[in-house]
Amino acid sequence: MTALLAKRRHPLAPILVMGLALAALAALYALLSPSSQASTTTATSTQIEEGKQLFLVGCSSCHGLNAEGVVRDDGTVLGPSLIGVGAAAVDFQVGTGRMPMARNNVQAPRKSVAYTEEQTAALAAYVASLAPGPAIPEPDQYDPTQGDIAQGGLLYRTNCAQCHNTTGQGGALTLGKYAPKLTGVEPVHIYQAMLTGPQSMPVFSDAVLTSEDKRDIIAYLKNIEDEPNPGGLGIGRIGPVSEGLWVWVIGLGVLVAVAAWLGARSVTVKREETSA
Amino acid sequence: MTTHGSELEPAQQGGDPLPDPGIPPHEPRLTDTDVKAAKRAERQVATMFGVAALGSIGFVVAYLALPLIEGDLTRLQASNLALGLTLGVALFLIGIGAIQWAKKLMPDVEMVQERHPLASTADEQAGAVAAFQAGADESGIGRRKLIRNSLLGAVALLPLPIVFILGDLGPVNPNPAQVRARTIWGPGVRVVNDVTFEPIKPEDLEVGQLVNAMPATYKEIPEEEHSEALTARAFSSVILIRMELDEFVIEPGREDWHVDGILCYSKICTHVGCPISLYEQQTHNMLCPCHQSTFALADNGKVVFGPAHRPLPQLALEVDAEGYLAAQGDFAEPVGPSYWERAKYENGERV
Repeated sequence: MTALLAKRRHPLAPILVMGLALAALAALYALLSPSSQASTTTATSTQIEEGKQLFLVGCSSCHGLNAEGVVRDDGTVLGPSLIGVGAAAVDFQVGTGRMPMARNNVQAPRKSVAYTEEQTAALAAYVASLAPGPAIPEPDQYDPTQGDIAQGGLLYRTNCAQCHNTTGQGGALTLGKYAPKLTGVEPVHIYQAMLTGPQSMPVFSDAVLTSEDKRDIIAYLKNIEDEPNPGGLGIGRIGPVSEGLWVWVIGLGVLVAVAAWLGARSVTVKREETSA
Repeated sequence: MTTHGSELEPAQQGGDPLPDPGIPPHEPRLTDTDVKAAKRAERQVATMFGVAALGSIGFVVAYLALPLIEGDLTRLQASNLALGLTLGVALFLIGIGAIQWAKKLMPDVEMVQERHPLASTADEQAGAVAAFQAGADESGIGRRKLIRNSLLGAVALLPLPIVFILGDLGPVNPNPAQVRARTIWGPGVRVVNDVTFEPIKPEDLEVGQLVNAMPATYKEIPEEEHSEALTARAFSSVILIRMELDEFVIEPGREDWHVDGILCYSKICTHVGCPISLYEQQTHNMLCPCHQSTFALADNGKVVFGPAHRPLPQLALEVDAEGYLAAQGDFAEPVGPSYWERAKYENGERV
C-alpha cells in the first residue's frame, strides 16, 4: 500500500497521465478525419461508345448489361437501375470514388477515385444517353464566390444540418449508415449530391431548391470550411460533444494532477538517501 | 499553540488493541538540509513569478496588438485566445509559484492547534436571558394584548399576497391543451418551402425528394407576434416526400391524403418534440437524432424503433385551383409529444 501511494505521488505521474490522454485524443482525431480528392468533367456525345465499353467491364456485374439494374432472386437489389439517373449522378458517384463499390454494404464510402477524368466523363455520357436525367451543372451554378453566405446558412440549417451537422462534419444515420463530412468536397459534387440524392440522401430538385439556393449553400459550406482555428485545434468542430470531452478529459485531468501535486510531500532527505 | 514533532508521545490507553500511533516523526526535506537544493527551489519559484509577470505584460501587449475589428470574427477569436492565454499563464504561475514556495521553503513542521469549547460562559448566558426578559417587559407585549393580537393578525395575513399571485400559475384562458390541439394548417393552406416560402407544385418533386416546408399562413403572422410565430414554427413544420406509388402502404381512411405519391408528415417527433428530417430515401425511414426514434414514412409514419410511442401525424394534401400543393385541413390529431389532455382532442376539438 505504501509502495502504491509512493508511486501515485510520483511528481511525474500526473504529467504521464495527461500525456497519455493527449495521445489518445490525437489518435482518435487522426482516425476520424479522412482526406479526399475529386475532379470535374464535361460530357460529350462522342464518348458514349467508350463509356459503354467501360461500363460493361466495370459496372455491369451489379447494374446489368444495359444498366437496367440487377435484382437478386430474394427480391433484394444488387445494383439499382441507372436509366434516367443522368450524368450528374455518375459524375458524383464515380468522381468521388464511391463507385465502383469495394463490396456490397449498407453504404458506399468515399474513397480514392478509380477512373480518370476522361473515363468518368465517358461513363457519364453513356448513362446520360440511356434516358434524360440531371446533367452535370455548369461552373457558374456552383461557384461559391457568387453565393449569398447568410441565405445559404439559413437553407443549410433547415435542409442539410439535420444529417450533416451545422458545420458539415457529418453524422450517424440508422443501421451503420451515416451522412458523410462535407468539408474538402468539391463544390460540383455537393451540387450533384443535392440534385441526384445519392444513397440514403433525399433529392433536392432544382424546382424546389433552386440553382441559386444550392449555390448559396455551397458558399456557406466553403465559408465555414475556410474559417480559421486561432487556437490551432478545431476539435472536430462538432460543438459541445468534443468540447465537453476536452473539458472532462484534459481540463479535469489537469485539475486532478494539480490536486495530486498539492497533496504530495516534498522529497525528504530520507527518501533521497534510499533512492540514491 | 505548541509546536510538536518527534517528541510528542503516542497516547497509550490501557487495553486498546490499536493504540493511537500519534504523529509520525518529522522528516526534514532535502531543501531543509541541502543549501543547493534550497537555492534551486528559490530559483524555481522566482522563475514562475517572473513568467507570471511576463504573462501580465503579454496581456497588455496582446490587447494593444490585436485590436478588435468590426465584423472580423477571426480577429475576435485570435484576441480571445491571446488574452485568455496570457492572463491564464499569469494567474496560474502565481498560484503554482506560491504553492512551490510553501512546499519547498516554508517551515513544514507539524503544528497542533488546541481546540477550545465554543459555548459562552454561564455568566454571559444569564446576562443574555436577562437582557431579553428586560426587553420583553419594557415593550409590554405581555400586558398590551391589543397590540400583541393585532401584530399576530398582521403577520398571519402576510403570506396572503404571495398565495394570491400564485393563482396566475393556475388555469389560463385559452387552455394550453386547446392551443396545442390546433396548428395554423387549415383547409386550402398552401405548403410552402421553408426559408424561401415559395409555393410548391407536385411536378417540382422528384421521386426520393425531401422538402422542409411550412404552411403559407406562417408568413401572415405579424412580425411583432414573436411568441405566436415561435409556437407556429414549433408545431406546424412539416416535410414533404415523394415515393413511387407502389412503395408505400396506405391506412384505411387515408386513401386521398397523398398527391401522386407525395406525402406530408409533421416534422415534430412524437416522443419529446425534436424537429426531425433525417429522412433516408432508400429505406423511407426517418430518424430522430435526439433519442433514435425511427418512423416508417412508407407505412403511415409508424414507429419502427426507439422510444416514441405514436406514429408521426400525417397531413392530408390536395392540389389547389392554381396547381399548388395545399392542405385539406389541419392535422387530425395534436402533433408533437404527449400531454395529459391529449386524448381528449380530435380534429382540434374537445371530444
